[in-house]
Amino acid sequence: MPISGSRRSDYRSWGGTVAGEHLVYRPRSLADARAALTATGGASVLAYGNGRSYGDVGLNPGGRLIDCRGLDRFIEFDRQTGIVTCEAGVRLADILAALCRPDPDGSGWFLPVSPGTRFVTVGGAIANDVHGKNHHREGCFGRHVLGLDLARGDGSVLSCSPQSQPDLFAATIGGLGLTGLILSARVQLRRVVGTGVEAEDIRFAGLDDFFALAAESEAGWEYTAAWIDCLATGAALGRGIFSRARHHAGIGVPPPALDPKIAIPFALPLSPLNRLTLLAFNTAYFHKLGRRGRRRWVGSYEKVLYPLDKIGDWNRLYGARGFFQFQCVVPNTVARDAIAELLARIAASGQGSMLAVLKTMGDLPSPGLLSFPMAGASLALDFPDTGAPTRQLLAALEAIVVAAGGRLYPAKDSVMSAETFRRGYPRLPEFLRYTDPAMSSGFARRVGLDNRLREAA
Amino acid sequence: MTLTAPSRSPSSSPSRAAIFGANSGIAVAVARRLAASGARIVLIGRDGEAIAASARDLLVRGAAEVVEIAGDFAAIGTTGDIVERAWTAFSGIDLALIAYGSLPDQAALEAAPDAVEAMLSLNLASPAVLALHLASRFETQRSGVIAVITSVAGDRGRKSNYLYGAAKGGLQRFLEGLRHRLYAARVQVLDIRPGFVATRMTEHLPRGGPLWAEPDRVAADILRAVERRRAVVYTPWFWRVILGIVCALPRPLFHRTSF
Ligand SMILES: Cc1cc2nc3c(=O)[nH]c(=O)nc-3n(C[C@H](O)[C@H](O)[C@H](O)COP(=O)(O)OP(=O)(O)OC[C@H]3O[C@@H](n4cnc5c(N)ncnc54)[C@H](O)[C@@H]3O)c2cc1C
Ligand SMILES: NC(=O)c1ccc[n+]([C@@H]2O[C@H](COP(=O)([O-])OP(=O)(O)OC[C@H]3O[C@@H](n4cnc5c(N)ncnc54)[C@H](OP(=O)(O)O)[C@@H]3O)[C@@H](O)[C@H]2O)c1
Repeated sequence: MPISGSRRSDYRSWGGTVAGEHLVYRPRSLADARAALTATGGASVLAYGNGRSYGDVGLNPGGRLIDCRGLDRFIEFDRQTGIVTCEAGVRLADILAALCRPDPDGSGWFLPVSPGTRFVTVGGAIANDVHGKNHHREGCFGRHVLGLDLARGDGSVLSCSPQSQPDLFAATIGGLGLTGLILSARVQLRRVVGTGVEAEDIRFAGLDDFFALAAESEAGWEYTAAWIDCLATGAALGRGIFSRARHHAGIGVPPPALDPKIAIPFALPLSPLNRLTLLAFNTAYFHKLGRRGRRRWVGSYEKVLYPLDKIGDWNRLYGARGFFQFQCVVPNTVARDAIAELLARIAASGQGSMLAVLKTMGDLPSPGLLSFPMAGASLALDFPDTGAPTRQLLAALEAIVVAAGGRLYPAKDSVMSAETFRRGYPRLPEFLRYTDPAMSSGFARRVGLDNRLREAA
Repeated sequence: MTLTAPSRSPSSSPSRAAIFGANSGIAVAVARRLAASGARIVLIGRDGEAIAASARDLLVRGAAEVVEIAGDFAAIGTTGDIVERAWTAFSGIDLALIAYGSLPDQAALEAAPDAVEAMLSLNLASPAVLALHLASRFETQRSGVIAVITSVAGDRGRKSNYLYGAAKGGLQRFLEGLRHRLYAARVQVLDIRPGFVATRMTEHLPRGGPLWAEPDRVAADILRAVERRRAVVYTPWFWRVILGIVCALPRPLFHRTSF
């Protein structure tokens, strides 16, 4: 039976600021997915994972979209080696639930790398080469991908790995879906002594303390990140709470439930997240650790790795206008000053969010040609979309990052200029040799990655 | 040491399950939950490739063993043979789930009534015959569950889908009688009545909104009803309320509705 698509306008970015009409295919088998890819329609095509990218990397307005959520079968798991093979629409949450149940001694297989939500697909994790709180130890997701099957717009299917088709493999890791459709992948899970974690939260007064804590924690703690009070100014600039955690021998915790505890059913016309609630929250949160300013606990990794996953569709809290996410990384040599400049600019604007995250990234090389992570410090935060003022602020932040020799993260972005992208990703010319002419995305067109645009130029 | 008890206790779920129409969206969700509890599962369906992919998936998810059987349930005469093979795969069945079916286009059937026979055959005659083949074996075994997916559409005839509704309603009456028959043998007969579920069957409908459920939600309800030895389960639960109201509407009022 030939697979057919339907015209829909309900596919939007996670931040809610990008939408558009798509011809959407929802294949339920790998064969159907290949058929959808090569279905004639003239318009360009793009794989859609679980829609957790904040901007336009996962959308292809006006074109075709292959929704991969029906490609959700495991293919093989070797309990001895921890190598899992699965279809590209399997979510990291499914891997945790099915394969990361602890043995009686607490140890078990675990995700080598996980972003701040477990509701992303394996295909999406590869295409953005995602990173987690353990970047300084494990690098990004692509380092743990042993191989993948890539369907191309010309009907071929290529098995790619570091050994076979290594160039196409490197282009596909972090390739933003532009090298073809990932059908399935082989991922090396990691053995941990306990699936549970030991964690510590430490209040700090400013950026110097943050960098000292990060350096001190690098060797002994595999997960690190800090919450920053993005409204604090002057002497308090860059204050926050540093969180670090590590797997704890002998403590096994079962995987968290697959459905979130609390659901936000629809976007409110007016967001409850405004300057006043933000100020109140940040002040209260900064002081939550009490007089000692430090707390240690042992328990589930859910609180450390996935604090937001407890609330389903939390993005709707930002209201119908949606929000922007901003994430950059700046190199170590200038990190302290560049982050201070960004924070000062944000605090002065009075915009910003409850969730500002600062993290140092290690120097493990990423296999991908367009992978985002690099050694340095990474700052991420949300901005409710208030129109022109928000865009002006984002442009100012972008300029600071470019001047510092840093880059912005496509998974989070919906505004950066083509020039910023080009300067941030020096291996772009190499990457362009491997893109699939059938594929495109809103992001690709915005930053000049689209084949048709490139040829016309 | 384990902080919390490891999720499901294996004893609460049937250890041998046979799923007829195993590639149905709802059936796949049920099978995955059964696999996680370590069950042995027989998958019966007509799309061999899909069934094989599902079998591999269930093994990774924890199924102790999976057996695949090819079967076309439109060929009613073959259902006895299919039951025989499913029964012998693990020498007996604890849970049999009959999940296949098709949602016809009501207007198309009204325009070409000849097609009604095939529709009634697949959605009513076939599962009834299949359940009868199962019933005699369960009767001898004196334990187990026969679970059949009907639909809320079977509760009251409505102009938008009374042909499908007739098949599902007929199946409900059949199960009621079968339950009566198997009561003495302590065999549970479960009539599963879903509302709107996001599967391939409803792909063409505009989805979303509070009335729509994901297959996994429905699967959880089904397995809970099996555990609690229920006779009828509406899934999600609010459909019991909705259908209670729909069935209580006085006819003059009902006739003026358009759903
Ligand atoms: C709460 C939250 C926290 C986050 N935290 C982090 C974090 O800590 N670190 C981090 O790195 N990211 C983080 N992210 C971003 C997220 O991890 C990435 O955007 C991820 O790629 C989303 O995956 P997805 O499956 O939803 O894919 P989508 O967002 O739907 O798509 C992402 C990209 O993958 C491509 N793609 C999807 N499937 C395929 C396929 N089968 N073949 C080829 N290409 C495909 C798409 O074309 C698109 O380019 C976070 C997001 C949220 C919402
Ligand atoms: N989805 C809903 O909203 C809803 C609501 C109420 C009741 N139901 C009932 O729930 C049950 C499961 O449906 P679903 O929602 O899971 O839809 P589905 O995914 O479309 O499943 C229907 C299944 O029936 C199978 N089938 C149809 N004809 C067959 C035949 N002749 N031989 C073998 N298999 C056949 C199909 O096989 P292939 O995969 O090979 O095509 C398919 O797997 C059905 O009885 C349906 O009537 C569904």
